[in-house]
Amino acid sequence: MAEKKYRVVHYLNQFYAGIGGEEKANIPPLIKEGAVGPGRPLQQALGEEGEIVATVVCGDSYFAENIEAAAETVVEPVSRYKPDVFVAGPAFNAGRYGIACGASCSAVSKKLGIPVITAMYKENPALELYRKEVYIIPTANSVRGMAEAIPKMAGFVRKLGLRQEIGLPEADGYFPRGIRVNRFVSRTGAERAVDMLLSKLRGEPFQTEYLMPTFDRVLPSPMVKELQSATIALVTSGGIVPLGNPDRIEAASASKFAEYNIAGVYDLTPDAFQTCHGGYDPVYANNDPDRVLPLDAMRALEKDGTIGKLYDHYYVTVGNATSVANAQKFGKVIAEKLKAADVDGVILTST
Amino acid sequence: MRLELGIIKIEDVQFGEETTVRNGTLYVNKKELIGLVRQDDRLSEADVELARPGEKVRIMPVKDVIEPRVKVSGSGELFPGIIGKMGTAGSGTTNVLRGAAIVTVGRIVGYQEGLIDMSGPGAEYSPFSQANNVALILHPVHGLAPHAHEEAVRFAGLRAAVYLGKTAKDLAPDELEVYELSPVTDTSLPKVAYVYTLLSEGLLHDTYLYGVDAKKILPSLIHPNEVMDGAIVSGNCVSACDKHTAYHHLNNPVIKELYRRHGKDLNFIGVVISNLNVTLADKERSTDYASKLVKLIGAEGAIITEEGFGNPDTDLMMLCKKIEEYGIKTVLITDEYAGRDGGSQSLADAVSQADAVISVGNANEVIALPPMKRIIGDLKPAEVIAGGFVGSVTTDGGLNIEIQAIMGATCQLGFGKLTARGY
Amino acid sequence: MVHVASIVPISLTVGANRIVPAVAIPYPLGNPALPEDEERELRLKLVKKALRALQTEVEKQTVFEE
Repeated sequence: MAEKKYRVVHYLNQFYAGIGGEEKANIPPLIKEGAVGPGRPLQQALGEEGEIVATVVCGDSYFAENIEAAAETVVEPVSRYKPDVFVAGPAFNAGRYGIACGASCSAVSKKLGIPVITAMYKENPALELYRKEVYIIPTANSVRGMAEAIPKMAGFVRKLGLRQEIGLPEADGYFPRGIRVNRFVSRTGAERAVDMLLSKLRGEPFQTEYLMPTFDRVLPSPMVKELQSATIALVTSGGIVPLGNPDRIEAASASKFAEYNIAGVYDLTPDAFQTCHGGYDPVYANNDPDRVLPLDAMRALEKDGTIGKLYDHYYVTVGNATSVANAQKFGKVIAEKLKAADVDGVILTST
Repeated sequence: MRLELGIIKIEDVQFGEETTVRNGTLYVNKKELIGLVRQDDRLSEADVELARPGEKVRIMPVKDVIEPRVKVSGSGELFPGIIGKMGTAGSGTTNVLRGAAIVTVGRIVGYQEGLIDMSGPGAEYSPFSQANNVALILHPVHGLAPHAHEEAVRFAGLRAAVYLGKTAKDLAPDELEVYELSPVTDTSLPKVAYVYTLLSEGLLHDTYLYGVDAKKILPSLIHPNEVMDGAIVSGNCVSACDKHTAYHHLNNPVIKELYRRHGKDLNFIGVVISNLNVTLADKERSTDYASKLVKLIGAEGAIITEEGFGNPDTDLMMLCKKIEEYGIKTVLITDEYAGRDGGSQSLADAVSQADAVISVGNANEVIALPPMKRIIGDLKPAEVIAGGFVGSVTTDGGLNIEIQAIMGATCQLGFGKLTARGY
Repeated sequence: MVHVASIVPISLTVGANRIVPAVAIPYPLGNPALPEDEERELRLKLVKKALRALQTEVEKQTVFEE
């Protein structure tokens, strides 16, 4: 018999493992040797090359309390089997199961550095949560799609097990993770542009190299009720910093934001402040930083009682090629600080 | 308008007693060139260094790159209306020292210039690693205002290009390229226009059309040949990766490619120049006007290029939307700022009509550049230039830096072969 | 929160719910072409508009032009 080339651990929920239904949905991880339930046709599809050495089973509701903690408890039993690949599901359209699969894959990937894959239906809520960090294969929306899902999963597990390169989503059959990767091709951008235009004009199919992004939406915050007693804070992405840029916020692709105390400052002047933003003509902001961070106006409105108080600190970063991911991180932290300080409203200025 | 470009192939550059071209080598009289450049008394010091393809040399901080050319016949002079005599560019004969380039070096604002590696992994990302570069290192007089400093460096580069270009005036070209928009008789060929946007956002973010600040123009028509004589000159440097250098304008690849296919599978009917300004009202005005021009000239399809990123993404999207609403099909060329992990949204704005987009790469990709034997200029700005960060300069003199800092790495005229795909 | 920015389409695209259009990219709350006192007036007006936006209940993205 040929030696197995790679070891696989499979994750299933209590139902697919044949342990029980809803009444068993709270069970913590238990291990079964070899392949179980849908793992059996999966093992068959893997053939002689790959072996499902163990199956980890958890109840779907076990993850409900604390997803991350639950995922951690899956990692330990998996590590004991030293697998080359970890595969979870398929979860089809089951939300709790999808989350358990995604979370387990994510934890195993991060803690053990093992390639992971799961599979679910496109509307499974877990897809948006985990698609960036975990390979997820599309399936039908119910167990009726099992026969179709298994060979697709097996093909992917095999690729990971044999350490083959995973190609584009369209070629290898997984949900695009939304990660842009650079590479050199044989034709220049200009040549490709003319090609694409001619295809478009002729009504021939073409593939855009970049799909328009979607941005998330947040619920509008409630209005500020009593402005005269409210504390308002200033935040800017325009790069206004104390002279010398003491915290070295980058002129582009900012990796940080900063907080500065403006208690007792009534006007921003060029001897004390400057801009460090590299994406706009800095001359005007350097001559009068209030043009980007309107401190003088806020002080005037504080003085005449329009607002209760200008918050003692302002927050700044540079919005020039700064990634959305970083901006989101900064925003979260800044919001938490403002909330903790009982700030009622924020004016965010951008250039 | 018929323009012949006489291509003189330059394979090497050396210092010499006389500035001349002999057997494919460009010889530069260093003293004379420095003297020429220092005629502008806003510059306190100037030096010249040479960099050849394959050398272990890094040039930084780079402001602009210019190709030496000379008008042999036809109206106007090189860079008309800016340093050359005014006249409509783009006809007659212009000789080109192909394989040579002037590189202007020196810290202006300090965080907007870029770098060129002549060898190693960084060389792949810049077309200038393959040129024989004459680097002008320029220092301003103490206390020179930023606007004057930028202008002094810009003019120095253009003058040097003209000075070196003169060596080609009486040479017999190795190759001849002919640019003429001959009338197209095949009416089935689609009429294609090119919308060429120019950055015009202020100090170190400006471009000049026949010497006119592009901030002040309304979109207009231009013949594609005009750019080949330097009708468009760059005064900007936001991020090195997607700045259109004078070299890029002179060698606009979209114009080249449209010309190549003119009469074969398309009818290249013209170029519309537009600007990229700093107010919403200006963006609406210019994109309204430019899209109307595209419609008026009868285009069926249009290629639109952008310069810069961030707020100019809005101009790009407005142009796309308005031109498509006229029933004209568009393709956009843009780079991406998807974060170092490639996982962030790449553009600041989006419209549903933008369904045909060419990506020239994610500018935030981090690259490890090895230390170089020789630095032309100064390595220190690496930590502050766009794409650099604290810790960019490693202890052995190498650089960990985004490709954003490399001249031309993601040029949105589609000059290079870099792209990004979604995984 | 209210976003004071000149390029309103971007503010809308990225999801700000209260938006006040600013003057220009390099000087969102200023205008170097104006004499100092007029510029300060302009800035005060814009900030007051931003505060009015904060005091307005909104259900969806709203641009406060007036």
